[in-house]
Amino acid sequence: MKIISVAFKNLQRKKIRSFLTIGGVAIAVAVLVSLMGFDTGYQKSLTNDIDKMGYQVLVTAKGCPYEAATLMLKGGGGLRYMEQSVFDKIAKDPRLEKISPQLAATEFDKDRQNGQGGIVLYMGVSNSYLELKPWSKFKSGKWFSSDDADEVIIGYEAAELEQRLPGDQILIPNLNKVLKVVGIFERTGTQDDGIMFIPLKAAQRIFDLPGKLTGIGIKLKDIGNLSDFEESLYNEPGIQVISMAQVKGTIFNLVSSSKAMTNSVAIIAILIAVIGVVNTILMSVFERTKEIGVMKAIGASRLDIFRIIWLETTLICVLGGVLGDIIAILGTNIVEHIIRQVLPYAPAGKLVIITPTLLLGSFLGAVVMGLIAGVYPAFRASSMRPVEAIRSGD
Amino acid sequence: MANILIKADRINKTYKLFAEEIRAVKDLDLEIHQGEFIAIMGPSGSGKTTLLDILGCLDGISNGKLKVLDNDVSALKESSLVKIRRANIGFVFQEFLLIPTLTALENVELPLLFAGLPQEHREAVNLLEKVGLGNRINHLPKELSGGERQRVAIARALVTSPKILFADEPTGNLDTKSGQQIFDIFRELNQKDGLTIVLTTHNNKLGLQAKRIIYLKDGSIVSREESSLFV
Repeated sequence: MKIISVAFKNLQRKKIRSFLTIGGVAIAVAVLVSLMGFDTGYQKSLTNDIDKMGYQVLVTAKGCPYEAATLMLKGGGGLRYMEQSVFDKIAKDPRLEKISPQLAATEFDKDRQNGQGGIVLYMGVSNSYLELKPWSKFKSGKWFSSDDADEVIIGYEAAELEQRLPGDQILIPNLNKVLKVVGIFERTGTQDDGIMFIPLKAAQRIFDLPGKLTGIGIKLKDIGNLSDFEESLYNEPGIQVISMAQVKGTIFNLVSSSKAMTNSVAIIAILIAVIGVVNTILMSVFERTKEIGVMKAIGASRLDIFRIIWLETTLICVLGGVLGDIIAILGTNIVEHIIRQVLPYAPAGKLVIITPTLLLGSFLGAVVMGLIAGVYPAFRASSMRPVEAIRSGD
Repeated sequence: MANILIKADRINKTYKLFAEEIRAVKDLDLEIHQGEFIAIMGPSGSGKTTLLDILGCLDGISNGKLKVLDNDVSALKESSLVKIRRANIGFVFQEFLLIPTLTALENVELPLLFAGLPQEHREAVNLLEKVGLGNRINHLPKELSGGERQRVAIARALVTSPKILFADEPTGNLDTKSGQQIFDIFRELNQKDGLTIVLTTHNNKLGLQAKRIIYLKDGSIVSREESSLFV
């Protein structure tokens, strides 16, 4: 027999109490892992989302910049339009490396989401679109036959959802327009995966928006000219310039202020768990006053008693740490789902990334927490005088 | 005369209960020799248990001089007393005080663990066999009768081969028959193994079966006699 089995068997004495205490630690650990996992995942996904837009600057019609940024990230569409002439003018600028006009349009499809209905996003793009996104690959099919064809290329997820293959016919519900599927993109991990791409001219015709654009994506030859370039566009009436770096910063700022809140929630959860552990162990020490006394009578030193109680506390936290890690792993999808509901803008990739380092770190954190929480109860137990302890309650 | 194991010289024990000072043991002299079997008797509150705790190094004295196995323990603190207990003294209590989460065998092994002798596992099994519980070593205390629990407690007290066994009202929670059985175990340990035993009891019939009987009253010894019933 070992000291640790004495400690472990004592935890089994009051199973529900031990389990609840372990559960408290587990929840604190799970909250911590999820929050830190979210921190990593969100930054990574957002950076990926923005970098994979392929452009550094987006020109849109004037409007609320935050709304524009959000709509643009969701697929480039504010419902404000600018004239194609703006594009023609900007396109002549020698500082440009690539430029791509876009026309976004949304349609409500009542058959989507198992009959609940949902928004389908159509995006009119020109041939230069692929130049901005050289990583976009076709899973099957190919590019449009012309820039005015009634054809559609579907993002990976949209194609999965609609079960479409090249050659299929697709109906734009409210417009009674049939398009032919010519290609399906590979997964990119960005919002593009959910979009239906249409040739720009065809989009302008189908949605009855001749000569209109919702956005112009621009990549500069030299990123150093960015502020220069932005300034030169300030004089253009009716448009605004959004740099992707700004968008990223704005979103990070929005998220980081709420992160301070969630971090304090995690700290409170940990504090409550620690208090719960101390309380449980203290209670169990006082209940066992006689047993502790008798252990001393039969030869246990202060250190022996200290070790037993300390081990019990640490065991609770070790088990809580393991359970918390498991809950965090199993709960990723739920957490992800909830965050998506709450966040103003959620990037397409995984929002919560739980790494082995994170799991190990949180587990070790729980162990350290147990070591700290155990000191006081263990000290109280080891300080009991044997006679008083044995005769207590007589 | 055989070796003196314990020598108490005008020892006193006072403690405070609320504002009142209680003298539980008063100017008491006592010698305990190797191989003795002593019953300490007396009314409730006469200081039997306090005296036993002091002689067994569970508690310190207030003044006087106390030697236990050549150690002057008069002024020792708990951290030193535990070493003397661990090496020399076994305890049995009225309420058995087994650890409820541990089996009979594990309870008996516990002192070995504290003494740093976990390899002596076999000794624990032997002792349980000796007290007649060879077939119940893996039972939890709650699965054992009172008499069986006290036998486990005796095995636990003996596992580190102490020189003296102290028992505080060891039969107090047992019926007459089990009480006598426990007492018989003590007597056998004393006679066959030469173990020195000091116990307290309320039970005259059992107490009179010890070799020597000490009557306490108000913390002082009022009479010492050799038993005529001891066989």
